[in-house]
Amino acid sequence: MHALVGENGAGKSTLMKILYGMQKPDEGTITVDGEQVAFSSPADAIARGIGMVHQHFMLADQLTVLENIVLGSEKLHGIGTAARRAILDLSDRYGLGVRPDAYIEDLGVADRQRVEILKVLYRGATTLILDEPTAVLVPQEVDALFDNLRELKSEGLSVIFISHKLGEVLSVADDITVIRRGTTVGTAIPSETTPRQLAELMVGSELPTPETAESTVTDRPMIQVEGLKLLAAGDSGRALLDDISFTIHEGEVLGIAGVEGNGQTELIDALIGLKHADSGVIRMAGQDITAVPTRKRREDGIGYIPEDRHRHGLLLESPLWENRILGHVTEKPNARGFLLDLKSAQADTRRIVEEYDVRTPGIDVTAASLSGGNQQKLIVGREMSHKPRFLIAAHPTRGVDVGAQAQIWDQIREARREGLAVLLISADLDELIGLSDTLRVIYRGRLVADADPATITPEELGSAMTGAASGHLEHVESGDGSEASEEDETR
Amino acid sequence: MKKFDKERVLLAVAAPVIALVVAVALTSVVLLASGKSPIEPYTLMLEQISYSDVQVLTINQAGMYYLAALAVAIGFRMNLFNIGVDGQYRLAAMVTAVVGAHVALPAALQIPLLIVVAMLTGAFWAGIAGLLKTTRGVSEVVATIMLNAIATSVIGYLTLTENFGVPVGNNQTTGVMKESGWFPGIKLAGGEVYGFVFVAVLAGVLYWLVLNRTRFGFDLRATGASESAAAASGVNAKRMVLTAMLISGGVAGLSGLPILLGDTHTYSLSFPAGLGFTAIGIALLGRNNPVGIALAALLWAFLDKASPALDYATPVAYDKEIAVIMQGLIVIAVVVSSETVRRWGLRRQQRRVGEELAAAARANAGNGNNGNNGNNDSAKEVAAR
Repeated sequence: MHALVGENGAGKSTLMKILYGMQKPDEGTITVDGEQVAFSSPADAIARGIGMVHQHFMLADQLTVLENIVLGSEKLHGIGTAARRAILDLSDRYGLGVRPDAYIEDLGVADRQRVEILKVLYRGATTLILDEPTAVLVPQEVDALFDNLRELKSEGLSVIFISHKLGEVLSVADDITVIRRGTTVGTAIPSETTPRQLAELMVGSELPTPETAESTVTDRPMIQVEGLKLLAAGDSGRALLDDISFTIHEGEVLGIAGVEGNGQTELIDALIGLKHADSGVIRMAGQDITAVPTRKRREDGIGYIPEDRHRHGLLLESPLWENRILGHVTEKPNARGFLLDLKSAQADTRRIVEEYDVRTPGIDVTAASLSGGNQQKLIVGREMSHKPRFLIAAHPTRGVDVGAQAQIWDQIREARREGLAVLLISADLDELIGLSDTLRVIYRGRLVADADPATITPEELGSAMTGAASGHLEHVESGDGSEASEEDETR
Repeated sequence: MKKFDKERVLLAVAAPVIALVVAVALTSVVLLASGKSPIEPYTLMLEQISYSDVQVLTINQAGMYYLAALAVAIGFRMNLFNIGVDGQYRLAAMVTAVVGAHVALPAALQIPLLIVVAMLTGAFWAGIAGLLKTTRGVSEVVATIMLNAIATSVIGYLTLTENFGVPVGNNQTTGVMKESGWFPGIKLAGGEVYGFVFVAVLAGVLYWLVLNRTRFGFDLRATGASESAAAASGVNAKRMVLTAMLISGGVAGLSGLPILLGDTHTYSLSFPAGLGFTAIGIALLGRNNPVGIALAALLWAFLDKASPALDYATPVAYDKEIAVIMQGLIVIAVVVSSETVRRWGLRRQQRRVGEELAAAARANAGNGNNGNNGNNDSAKEVAAR
């Protein structure tokens, strides 16, 4: 199992794209099983036994697991019983526990990932590339994934593993390659390396920590949410959000922990105004904004770092300066009256590119040509430039390199000192614990637990995220450090 | 930085140019296959440019195409497919003709009144589709096609003699409009150029201004580029759909006016139909760009007006339908080529940005701490804290 670590924009994705035949190298060679190869398409790579599990799953929600797996490889075992047998065989052999007839839309993130892995194995892959496979998993699920991967390894398969989480890399990899700005800067053997050394290799400096130093929490409430309820569209009437109540004060960071798909997206949508609550009240600085439309909310000072930047944060095929206008088209420096002020907007885009270290050759390139981390820096720069009073930060450092991560954390911390209220939603529990002043856990659309970020551990938080614990999570110093260490108190 | 801008222009031009070349080549193949000269029809048509009457006809026709294509393009810019331009302009022209025949105001009021009536009628007809989409989720494609058929029936009913129809010979008209509503044209050697052509040009300028220089235009383009991102940025998607539909319909309503106010002065059975469908191809070829659409409209109008000469060519006559074949091929080719060029351009830019960054990184690594590197260093300092 070989781990590949490096900053975003360092070239990890490009390297993997070349390995998987999506891009062609200008120089150099790839050798598979001692034989030099040249891939011109993913099909060539698959034929050579290289399979890729993408960071964003490529599954059709409305189809079953079986259908998703055979899709595109109908020639292998057909689409009927032979295919089912082959899938079950693979599933048993590697302990994946996949149910062929379940619909993808009913599966959790971890199950979907196993389907992706099985899909690749089904096509006869002997080398698996996993692109940030743990980004969306809770600690317990990460452990299960690693068990699966070890199983694959023991069966003689090779795994290439891309990750930002250095602790994981060290625990699971046999060999590590670090790349920075397109070149290999070092290799490491996990047993002889500490996360700190690895991080230094990656960024050429020390590992940043997201810890906030002194509390800046005031007693002036900025955002108050009371009894928020949101029902699913259609007849089912299932509550996507139920009885959500919280208050974020000026200078406070409220962290929401939870497995993805437990209502975080809906909560964000309700706060930014994309969905309107079925009941409940949202107040900002004492004013009822429950019925206020999105644009007014943003003008009034709600900053928004979306969880899916491609869907909600950017116009991918538009130049950077148009992306700088997006979301703030009515505000200075983008507009004067009803007219756009292109000159100021462009000048301000240059400033953001400079100040937030967005690596780009210019502001006329499309957003799609930047790497994920640089896109994120542009979004953070844009949102921070409008001096928000309340910031919704969903996975603010997802897919961002360590250096930029520190910068984004620093931005949030600095704004918080000046009285910014932040709702932080993140799958990175270290980030949540490190940045938040208050922690809540969301599970099936309800805030089921709260915790003190000063004492809680990721494992303890993890068990509340899977619904195993609720109430106030108290950290208990115990020898075994198992999940049994939280107390279940009724609030 | 400039070169990415230049590249954008180049990419924008590439698709239609490729499409035209492919369409001409394929048309020649068709000619060859039918045993005719693959070149002569083009030279015959090109000769027509020098005739002043063909010039005037082309410009007049292009003016109408231009307005209709702008209407289609407004929809395209936000991913709305307004196929109903045809029904919208015909209904608008008929209603305007009726109003023009029954209301008599001084020209300074009559003409603006007629323009407003045409726009409101077009907007109303398109607005039905817009309302259906925003309230009931009906696809605007289906609704506008249906509305085209309904418009035909409504026009048929309203032009009955017991309603507003006035029979003239074996033609059914809406009566001659009051002269104050006739739009003055420019007399040239080859005929009269509709004055309304200048209104079309003005509409093109407005189209560019509104889309590229106003907040509203930005919202509209953002919605077209990514509905989810636009919604998150505060655009009310439903209201935007309805507004775009209304504007598109309003402009569509204008596209029958050049000939109505400049020439026929009545709506009759022989009023030009099908403009709205042609306009879709023109908007595609013009890549929704006001200048592009103008060139595409001129080309289309030229093919329309120059091709009849093929029938009378000596010594060998050609079928004038060659021009229609070519128009069809252009539409197909432009759809394919613009998508291909778009993808190719995106990939190419991604690669070039990557290369430039790598080069910059190498230069930085070589030079150590120069000014350019300041930001990266500060990031690291932050990280080190």
